[in-house]
Formats: sequence, structure tokens, C-alpha cells
Amino acid sequence: MTDFIWLVVALPAAGAVYLHFFGKRAGEPASGWIASVLMSGAFVYALLAAVPFFQGTGHAESVVLWSWMPAIGAEFAIRWDPLSSLMTLVVTGVGTLIHFYAIGYMHGDPRFSRFFTYMNLFATGMLTLVLADNFAMLFLGWEAVGLCSYLLISFWYTKPSAAAAGKKAFIVNRIGDFGFMIALMIILTQFGTLSFDVLEDPHLGLSTGLATAVGLLMLVGAAGKSAQIPLYVWLPDAMEGPTPVSALIHAATMVTAGVYLVARNAAIYEMAPIAATTVATVGALTALWAATIAIAQKDIKAVLAYSTVSQLGYMFIGVGSTAYVAGMFHFMTHAFFKALLFLGAGSVIHAMSDEQNMDKMGGLAKHMPVTAATMGIATLAIAGVPPLAGFWSKDEILGAAFNQGGWMVVLWAIGLVTAGITAFYMTRQFVMVFLGKPRWDEGIHPHESPRTMTVPLMMLAGLTILGGFINTPFRTGLERYLEPSFETVDGAIHMAHPADGSTAWILAGVAVLAGLIGIYLAYRLYAGPEDRRRRVLGRFARPIFAWENAYWVDRFYGKTIVLPGKSVANWAAFKFDLGFIDGIVNGVAGAVKRLGATIRPLQTGFVRNYGVMLAAGSVGLLIWFLSRGGL
Amino acid sequence: MEVTAGWYMTLAAVLFLIGAGGMLIRRNALMMFMSIELMLNSVNLTFIAAGKELGSLDGQLAVFFVLVVAAAEVVVGLAIIVSVFQSRSSASADELSELRG
Repeated sequence: MTDFIWLVVALPAAGAVYLHFFGKRAGEPASGWIASVLMSGAFVYALLAAVPFFQGTGHAESVVLWSWMPAIGAEFAIRWDPLSSLMTLVVTGVGTLIHFYAIGYMHGDPRFSRFFTYMNLFATGMLTLVLADNFAMLFLGWEAVGLCSYLLISFWYTKPSAAAAGKKAFIVNRIGDFGFMIALMIILTQFGTLSFDVLEDPHLGLSTGLATAVGLLMLVGAAGKSAQIPLYVWLPDAMEGPTPVSALIHAATMVTAGVYLVARNAAIYEMAPIAATTVATVGALTALWAATIAIAQKDIKAVLAYSTVSQLGYMFIGVGSTAYVAGMFHFMTHAFFKALLFLGAGSVIHAMSDEQNMDKMGGLAKHMPVTAATMGIATLAIAGVPPLAGFWSKDEILGAAFNQGGWMVVLWAIGLVTAGITAFYMTRQFVMVFLGKPRWDEGIHPHESPRTMTVPLMMLAGLTILGGFINTPFRTGLERYLEPSFETVDGAIHMAHPADGSTAWILAGVAVLAGLIGIYLAYRLYAGPEDRRRRVLGRFARPIFAWENAYWVDRFYGKTIVLPGKSVANWAAFKFDLGFIDGIVNGVAGAVKRLGATIRPLQTGFVRNYGVMLAAGSVGLLIWFLSRGGL
Repeated sequence: MEVTAGWYMTLAAVLFLIGAGGMLIRRNALMMFMSIELMLNSVNLTFIAAGKELGSLDGQLAVFFVLVVAAAEVVVGLAIIVSVFQSRSSASADELSELRG
């Protein structure tokens, strides 16, 4: 089956190329169907090719498609192993559902076919990233998804805020990529190759210090792509893009590339515990930081955006505490329920005629039962209510952090608090949108979304309910699935489970309790009487003010980085470039011009004059030769 | 009296100088053109003479090249002169000084 594994990348690529040239002619909805069917094709093929891994008989394979840069070990090759296949299945599976959903959501958009061109292009880039067999190809995909993210965030580019958000995402990611590139250069200089073979035994080329440096630099790259402190600021702004984009790129797949990067380089992080602990610490801080901001957001998508940042933080805690399986598990379940939440939010926005302010919603459950039910399931899942998917994966991450002991216990505590806050803000959102009295503007008639939108919602809801069962403490399916990818890394597989069974029960119980407390408080507060809510919120006015404004981080970055950067650019453009660089160029041109003006009278335009000069020159040459005594 | 190579050389030099002088003095483009032909043929003469003197065919070979080039040049040159003459009913080279710097 791996002979044609390139089809997984080639199908969406073919879709992108076809729709680029003939999308206008295909029109709506045909171009959407073309893109969606190609994505499903990629999913089906990936599923078939992954069967050996399900059976436990598969082994990692590398399929070389063509020679690219053999001198640095960078062939155009696909690595098909459990880790990449898991990523591929989630990307193509969730991607397919979102493609179908987008057919309904993008209905009537003048650039309908262009949207699907970009979506397919994104899938191509993301699959290149996860299927890469060397760092060069991984980087290629890494940049491709960054480009698609930019194109899709600013899809409605006539809106200035969307154009600015796309630019911001691209520039912030550049900062991360800078660190990533340095890490790759260290690997290249130390090993002389960029092949993933170096990960078999990184001790051969890296000292502990260099491994720590590589790990930290990769964290910089991962923090950019996966929106971690201090580079998370682009993700909330990225919500300017169409909602299917938020669901696919900025929740389910692309933003998890950083988690994948850390998991893929598990062997290097194994060598550098400091780097791994830093990954986990950054993750924990980001989880708490973003969760608090999410409490006070009014925009339905902003809540989900900060929630995504927070959940990515969880994944970082997982992979940072060497529980790679737990991190990847949470990636998978999060892809299900966060895609569901975003698509549900899109359905709500669609029904409310593009209203995103939750203050103007309420009571929608009656009008859109499917959306309300599926979003309710996702809300419970992200809050960590058993037996939904989010409970199992979050519990495993927290358990792994607790088992590590020492500093990691602090991170566990942060994660626990965050779990409670997560339950709080998600319940707040659900109540504000679906329950209570309608607060919407006049003239809005909410209605349930069309079938192409609700069916993906229901399928994702199914995955959200059942997805957690593939890796429970009682039946560790995902662990066995991923084992071949991590067998060279000590302790990566079984980290998540405490030796003592009762500890696991207590940890799980505490986590669930935190979630239930959050749900209870939020429900009491937001579904309760108005005057009590006002009184309680008034008591917390100061922190809420800080959360509403996202701790003023954007303003801080604006003053400390953007403004100085702009003034340097201004100086370079108007002083240095216009004065110095252009001065040199204009100076040379001016000198040539003056020289030309001096000697141009030589050209009299009379043929005779030229003839005389020719003759005089000949005679001169003759005399010179003769005076030298022959030729 | 034997005709030696020196005679040919002298004749060629004289022809060349006549050609060069005509080229510099004449204003009519047609006459200048004929002067150039004269110079070319004086050179041809030196080639032939030197070839005979050295017992080599290379001299004659060179002459063929010169003849071919000269023929081509005549075609182009005459065409230019004719079209100049048609447009300004004069073939004076001095009037064609538009390219003055």
C-alpha cells in the first residue's frame, strides 16, 4: 500500500492546481465538491495504508519519490510510520468534514472556488509537513502551511482588519521560523545531513549542550506555529478568516504542527531534559494565560481562539513531560472537539447573519437544535467530562506531568486550575449563545444550517464521544499504535500511567471535579438572575477588565517591538536607502552622464571625420608597430 | 624587366592611397563607396601577390572571402544609398549628419 502513498499528497495537490486554473469555470458548488472528494480520497487511501499499523504488523517505511538534494540527505521522500499516519488521518479526516461543511458555509461567496483552491493547497502543505522524511521537506511543508494560513486569514482581503491579521500571522510566524531554521542549521553542521535518520541516535552528533540548543530553538519555531507564549498573539487575530479556516487550520491541524515537531524530535528532547521541561513550562503558562483571557471575551470565535491557544498549551505539557503519546492523543481529540466547536460557531454565525457578539445571542437552542446539541457535547468534552474524548486525553497529560514529580507537579497544578477555568468559560459560552432569553437584534431570524453543515457537525460529535476510547488506561490502543515511532525513546510510551492504580483514580477524580466546579459556577452565574450576575461580575471588575483586553499584550508588543521596528524601517527606507544607497547609484550615473557630455562632440555626424580618424588611427598603429621593429 | 612582387605591392599601395583619399575627400556617397571598393581590391592584390611569392594558395583563399563580403556589402550599401537618394534627392554624405553628438 505504501507504493502509492504519494497519492495522499498528490490528490489535494491536483485539486489545488485544477481549481486554480479551472475553478471559475467549475463554479459553485462543483469546485467545492471536487476539493472535498479529493480530500476524502486522500483520507481513504491513508486509512487503507495505515491498516498494518492498526494490526500491529506495520513498520516505518520511507518511500523515495525523487532525488532532491542528496548531498544533505534531503530526498523527496515520504515517511510512513505510525506518528505520521496518525497526523495524516486526522488532517485528511477532519479536513474532509470541514471541506464538506465549507460548501455550505461559503455559499454565495464571490471567490467560492478560490477558497477551495487554498484549502486544498493547505492540505497539500500540511501533508508534506507530516509525511516528510527529512527536515528540509518538513520545512517546506512548514512554510507552505504558513503561506496558506496567511492567504486564508486574509481571504476577505477587502476588510482591512482581515488583511492586517493575515500579515500579523505571517510576520509572527517568521520569528518562530527563524529559530527553527537555526536549529536545522545546527543539525546540518553536526551531522552533515538533514535526514530523519539522525533521530535514530542523536548522541552520535550532538553534545548535551547542542541538543538543548536545538531543542530550545525548535521550541521557538513550535511556539510560533502553535501559538504559545510569547508568539501566540497572531492566533486570536486569525479568526478574521472564514470559520472553516479557523476550524481546520487554526484549531485542528496547522497549529498542532509545533506539537508534532516536538514529538518527531523526541529523541533530541530525551537528550535535553532542560529543553523538554521548558517546552512543558511554556505550555502550562500558555494554557493558564489564554484560558483566563477566554473568560472575558465577547466574540464567540475569540473565546474559541483563546481556548485553542490554551489547549495547545496542554499538548505542550504532554510532549514536554515526555508523554508524547498523551500529547498526540490530545492533539487528536482536540482536533475533533475544537473543529466541532468552530464549525458549530460558524453555524451560529451563519444563522445570526454574521453576528459574532455573544451579548446579542441567547436562546438559540430552540432554533438550531442540531448545532446546540453537537456544541453541547463538544463543550462537555473540552471541559473534561467523562467519558467524552477530552477527558481521557487531558487526564493522561495531567497524569504524566504529575508522575514526573518535582517541578512538573507545579505544572500539573497549573493544568488542573486551567481545566476548571476551561470548563467555566466554555459553559459561559454555551449558556450565552444557546440558553436564556433571545437578545438578538431585530430582523434576524435564526435557522438551522443546511445539511452539508449539520452532517459534518454530527459526525464530529460522534468522534468527540467515541474518540477517547482508543486510548484509555484500560485499553491503550493509541500507545500500541504509536509504539514503533517512539521505540528508540526511553519512557516515551508508558509515562502517562502511574505505577500505582489508585493514584490514577484520584488524579482523574480531581480533574473531573475541577471541570464540574467550573461548569457549575458558570451555569449558576450566567443562567441565573441578571442582578446577581451583575453583582458578582462587578466584584471581579478589575481582572475581567484585564482579561477583556487580553492583558494588553498587543499594545505592549506594539510599543516595544512594532513601533521601534517601524522607525528602523522608516529610517532605512527614507534615510539610508534614499540618501546613501540611492546616493551611490545616482552618483555613478551622474559621473557617467558628465563624461558622456564631455566627449559627445567627437561624434560630428560627418562620415569624413570618422574616416580621417580611422586613417589617422591606422597610420598611428603602423608607426607604432614599425618603431617596435616589426609586428 | 621582370615584374617582381614589389611592383604589385607598390601598385596596391598606390591604389589604396587613391581609395583612402577619395574616401576622405569625396562627398557623394556613391563615390565614397567606389573608393572603398578600390581599397578592398588593392588589398586583394596584395593577397594574390604575396600568395604567389610564397607559393601558397592561402592568399587566393582570402581573396574569395573578401570578394564575398564585398559583394554583400555592395548590396546593402547600394540599397541604403538608393533609399537615401529617394528620400532627399541627394546622396551627399555631409547632409546625413543626424547622429551628431
